[in-house]
Amino acid sequence: MGFFDSLMGRRKPARPDLDAIFGLPSGAITLEASLGFRPTGAGAVAFRVPEGRAFAEVQAEIEALLAASGNPAVEVTSDQYGYTWLVITTDPPDVGALVTHLHAVNLSLQDTGFGPQLLAATVVFADPGGRTLAMVYLFKQGSFYPFAPIEAQTRDTVLELQVRDLLRDDVSVESDLSRWFPIWGAPGL
Amino acid sequence: MARNRYAPDRGLIARMGGTMFILGLLYVVLMGVLIYAGLGYGLVLAIAGVSAWAQWYFSDRVALFSMGARVVTPEQAPQVHAIVDRLCAMADMPKPAVAIADADMPNAFATGRSSKRAVVCVTTGLLRRLDAEELEGVLSHELSHVAHRDVLVMTVASFVGVLAGFLTRSWMWGGLTRRRSSDGNGALAFLLIMVVSILVYAISFVLVRMLSRYRELSADRAGALLTGRPAALGRALQKITGDMGRIPTNDLRAKEPMNAFFIAPALAGGQSLASLFATHPPLDKRLEQLARISAQLGQ
Repeated sequence: MGFFDSLMGRRKPARPDLDAIFGLPSGAITLEASLGFRPTGAGAVAFRVPEGRAFAEVQAEIEALLAASGNPAVEVTSDQYGYTWLVITTDPPDVGALVTHLHAVNLSLQDTGFGPQLLAATVVFADPGGRTLAMVYLFKQGSFYPFAPIEAQTRDTVLELQVRDLLRDDVSVESDLSRWFPIWGAPGL
Repeated sequence: MARNRYAPDRGLIARMGGTMFILGLLYVVLMGVLIYAGLGYGLVLAIAGVSAWAQWYFSDRVALFSMGARVVTPEQAPQVHAIVDRLCAMADMPKPAVAIADADMPNAFATGRSSKRAVVCVTTGLLRRLDAEELEGVLSHELSHVAHRDVLVMTVASFVGVLAGFLTRSWMWGGLTRRRSSDGNGALAFLLIMVVSILVYAISFVLVRMLSRYRELSADRAGALLTGRPAALGRALQKITGDMGRIPTNDLRAKEPMNAFFIAPALAGGQSLASLFATHPPLDKRLEQLARISAQLGQ
């Protein structure tokens, strides 16, 4: 934010960076080769639906758009913090297609003026031992961070740091650890 | 072309710009008078400057200490941290520290010299009274204060008032020690400085309060746009101000100097003259703005 904007008490809504999400498919290959984590096929976009009715039309638009591009399973849920999660499931799991779908959703949200309301996107992975891991994409930073819940309110920090070091070459990993906020109970985890 | 739902409020920006301009002008006029006087005021100026600087630099520690607040970890206050985490991710700003003050008065404030050293503090009374959505509205308002650097802006704005106060006091002190010197011309100049500094103080006082009210409206606006839920902030404001009016004033008076950074003032003013000196705009004005934003978002 510029000096003048802060002087005038005027904050421009942060614009999302939608494109860096395309680094994930190559990251997914590295994850499977090194740690045995495979995509579950589930991914989601979390955003804030503002008051008013404007979003209802947008949702219909998004569903029509996805129906035209391979028709993945789409589900809309909301969490306890008031964010709406648009969950997309590809069957069989295909990170490339999933990322393309997520990007299409993000793009149509951005085009209809909801860009500043985008919070994060997730792509879920699981290993044969039953551990789950979400790669969380921060729109405003254009970076990923890993989130690995063990049970209620506990994170597998060692695994998360391992994933960070592993994926450094494939995707842009969020370097500020204070931005790695937990998303307990996110869809697909 | 992406649509933009966030049209800036030009009227508000113009009024705020005007206020700041006049404040700056006053500052320049005061400087001119000081240079004309040429007395030992360089020292006074330095003291005023250092005190304003210290007020800003140590704002986080001073505010937390005076409110008896403590910084809490995500484990101690998971809900507040989760809300702040998400708002910061959406707004693309560094996460401030989160503090909780053990007070029944429902209120919240933001402080700290920069967005990296910022602290957002809520009282336990606030946490008890508001639901998650309303709490989010309040936190979003406070995060907007951080993003707008309101601690810095208000400290600089108050500086003129501080300066005038120093001049007044040093005149009273000077008047006692200089009584023996019978230079009539010097005394006249001295009186002039006195009158000007009192005037400056009075005007800057009203202007700083005015600026504070505009900053509050700006924070309401930016906060409501960030969450997309102006109605939730409106509900929270109604709950807070309604509750605070019912609490005995004796307890609240102790917290009055903190008002500039509170979400709602701790003392209920309300009369027409009092509204000129209020640090916060009246509730109906804030609710009116939130209703306007709500209508805008629904389009």
